[in-house]
Amino acid sequence: MANIISDEIIEYVGILAKLELSHEEKQEAKKDMGRMLDYIDKLGELDTTDVEPMSHVFPMQNVFREDVVTNGDTREAILKNAPQEKDGMFVVPKTFD
Amino acid sequence: MGKQYETVIGLEVHVELATKTKIFCGCSTEFGGAPNTHTCPVCTGMPGSLPVLNKQVLAYAVAVGLATGCNITQYCKFDRKNYFYPDNPQNYQISQLYLPICRDGKVEIETEDGKKLIGIHEIHMEEDAGKLVHDEWTDCSLVDYNRSGVPLIEIVSEPDMRSAEEVIAYLEKLRMLVQYLGASDCKMQEGSMRADVNLSVREVGATEYGTRTEMKNLNSFSAITRAIAGERARQIDLIEAGEKVVQETRRWDDNVGKSYAMRSKEDAQDYRYFPDPDLVPIVVTDEFLADIKARQPEFREEKIARYKEEFDIPDYDIDIITGSKHMADIFEETVALGAQPKKVSNWLMVETLRLLKENNMDPEDIRFSPENLAKLIKLTDEKAINSTVAKEVFEEMFKNDIDPEKYVEDKGLKTVSDEGALRKTVEEVIANNPQSVEDYRNGKEKAIGFLVGQTMKAMKGKADPGMVNRLLKELL
Repeated sequence: MANIISDEIIEYVGILAKLELSHEEKQEAKKDMGRMLDYIDKLGELDTTDVEPMSHVFPMQNVFREDVVTNGDTREAILKNAPQEKDGMFVVPKTFD
Repeated sequence: MGKQYETVIGLEVHVELATKTKIFCGCSTEFGGAPNTHTCPVCTGMPGSLPVLNKQVLAYAVAVGLATGCNITQYCKFDRKNYFYPDNPQNYQISQLYLPICRDGKVEIETEDGKKLIGIHEIHMEEDAGKLVHDEWTDCSLVDYNRSGVPLIEIVSEPDMRSAEEVIAYLEKLRMLVQYLGASDCKMQEGSMRADVNLSVREVGATEYGTRTEMKNLNSFSAITRAIAGERARQIDLIEAGEKVVQETRRWDDNVGKSYAMRSKEDAQDYRYFPDPDLVPIVVTDEFLADIKARQPEFREEKIARYKEEFDIPDYDIDIITGSKHMADIFEETVALGAQPKKVSNWLMVETLRLLKENNMDPEDIRFSPENLAKLIKLTDEKAINSTVAKEVFEEMFKNDIDPEKYVEDKGLKTVSDEGALRKTVEEVIANNPQSVEDYRNGKEKAIGFLVGQTMKAMKGKADPGMVNRLLKELL
């Protein structure tokens, strides 16, 4: 494996992803990430000078909508996706600014 | 002597655009709906939903960019800004990092030392987040996604400001430009204009910038002024004590007059931006640009210059009237209907401002029509009503935009110009007030004021004061 993931990196990625990993899970994740980066490195073998970075696979541009209200009140249906609801709102763990 | 410090300030200003619908879905942006009644799978981040850009958002962003002298990015894209927070249901915010719609602009502000240019680094389009409510009963938080997906532009300035006064002047300038464009109402209290202040200090004469902090939660000009003074003092204290300023985001608590660090170090901002594959690139055509350019309104400075040229009204009035696009529109339309500019200006400057203040309203909230104001002025010009009645009618017009002609007719408020009827009342007043009559005849000129008042009262305010005066003098 060419890419070695350090303990600091896996700790940091865990914080960004809001994941709490056990010691064993961290070791596994380090190996997985190393293998993934090795795989991606394969792309580095290609010469991409003068190639525009692509952000979209379709040759399309300017897909717009007009500024007209098309959606009504579907609160009941939307709230069915909430694990828990209260007073018409989604309940989430206590969050501070 | 202590060291002299200079404050260096740059601003990030978020403006909520005045579109009818959200940036990527057809949900209403109307303020104040019951929680989650303006939501759909797109703005609640449901898997498989697809965002489609609201064309009006692009039009407003380009219009603001042109008004601030920016270069418009004719090939632009949206990016995903990744972070986890419950007000952000997708776990990313759709924003612009690599190719923002506008770049390299400037606006001119007035300072004590004359005019100054403030650079605009960029303007980008993005979506707003939902609103978190803290529920004390269950020790949980509740989320309302009505605001999620409401379109914003973020206007990022260069670090060109040096004082709170310059910051306020810059914000006022932006607010005027955006309001004149109709792109937002820019109400800080309601959060449709929000400013984050990036501030650092350095010794006067230094060429390098100091370490800056970003201050959030500033929702009025006075809070901004206090926060700038507070943060400047805090940073100078740190430096003088030999400590370092830490680059961090701080939250200003205006009640306490202090700021607090918001995010700890290990929570460093790492948003892992990448192009949003759900949204196709935007190509701003020359035609689109030309169309927006052609529709740019007359801005405040041009309006002030024209008013000075066209209307014989004081500069102070011009300043107040053009301070609100809506008020300026009412002024111009009323004048166009034939009313004398000075009279229109008087109604706006005196009664309108008084009623706005009493009712805690902004000039943007004025409801009466130019047609009705013109009619009211015509009624007073023709002396069909006196000034006391006119004020009464105006209050009604301010509240309910009534038609003054009809109102005066229905309520029988027209001035009695029948001299015979008036003469009779004056005779009665003289008969009933012998003391005042005697005082007047003994040289007490003021006594006539009381008699005029009594006559007006007897006429229920519907007499022409000039005529009352004349008749009193004649009969005394």
